[in-house]
Amino acid sequence: MRDNATTLSATGAAIPDSGSIAVESAASDYIALLKPRVMALVVFTGIAGLLLAPGSIHPVIGLVAVLCISVGAGASGAINMWFDRDIDRIMTRTQNRPVAAGRILPGDALAFGVILSAASVVVMGLAVNLAAAALLALTIGFYIFVYTMWLKRRTPQNIVIGGAAGAFPPMIGWAAVTGDVSLSSIVLFAIIFFWTPPHFWALALFRNSDYTAAGVPMLPVVAGSRETRRQMFVYTLIMLPLSVAPAFLGMASLAYGLVAAGMSLWFIRHCVLVMRADEDDFGPARRMFAYSIFYLFGLFAALLADAAVRAAGFW
Amino acid sequence: MGKNDKSEMHRSRRGKNIALGLALVGFCVLFYVITIAKMGTVGG
Repeated sequence: MRDNATTLSATGAAIPDSGSIAVESAASDYIALLKPRVMALVVFTGIAGLLLAPGSIHPVIGLVAVLCISVGAGASGAINMWFDRDIDRIMTRTQNRPVAAGRILPGDALAFGVILSAASVVVMGLAVNLAAAALLALTIGFYIFVYTMWLKRRTPQNIVIGGAAGAFPPMIGWAAVTGDVSLSSIVLFAIIFFWTPPHFWALALFRNSDYTAAGVPMLPVVAGSRETRRQMFVYTLIMLPLSVAPAFLGMASLAYGLVAAGMSLWFIRHCVLVMRADEDDFGPARRMFAYSIFYLFGLFAALLADAAVRAAGFW
Repeated sequence: MGKNDKSEMHRSRRGKNIALGLALVGFCVLFYVITIAKMGTVGG
């Protein structure tokens, strides 16, 4: 699929794939290279891990930890755009990305990603602690080598295993405060890890043609819509006990547990509606995808609100 | 390389240079702030 010659974009414009041909890059293209929308979720869950961890951290060092998590996540996104530029050009959702659209040269994107990845890990190690730096390096390496280069084009379980990369940020935030990994931080990891498959498969259901055209073996492409919906349902069921687990581990109150249970039951309801829908009716899958984003933000926001209320001494 | 080609090349690299410049300035500010915070922690 990859070639080193000049290729045609989806709009038919010739775009350079290698060499030193000057292309016009705006600073905003380099910001887009860091996938700011994905970064928002990473930053939020990273901050949650940092605030939920027992102990304290100097506010400036805490901010540096969050900055390193966000830059590291963004940098791995830049390397992902460098590697996936051939399939990004095919999919409508991704064809306007800076490398795919030819606004940034592939080599520049790679250099940008590698330098920022290394810098984020080094700064985390020097300013925060080695455990957080090691977890950040693991996250970046997992996303690039395990997900992007190995799994994404080979197996329909790509986002199941690769989802671990997106699940590490709260563990990194936690480790920035405590310097270690604990059962509580593993639960935060697990919440994102098991949330990822139904979230991405809901997207893949209504973007099936994109993934088929690009040859990415997402589950709906390989196993069909019915099997995808069945597996989504299994993961949404797992989310129910997992989302309330912090209440049983002493990380959160019973009030959080009730909110999490309610939100998880609503997530299951969305999945049931997806399962009941006709195969060509993508409305329920779109609504489930939108809810899944709200759901994850909601769970972590509820955990933070619960911790804030407890810190204020209300219970 | 003609004069126009050269100015075109400079213009096209402008975005990259601005991004690099901002990153370097950001890095300097970051290390300054970390140093002050660490010194404060040790001192306190």
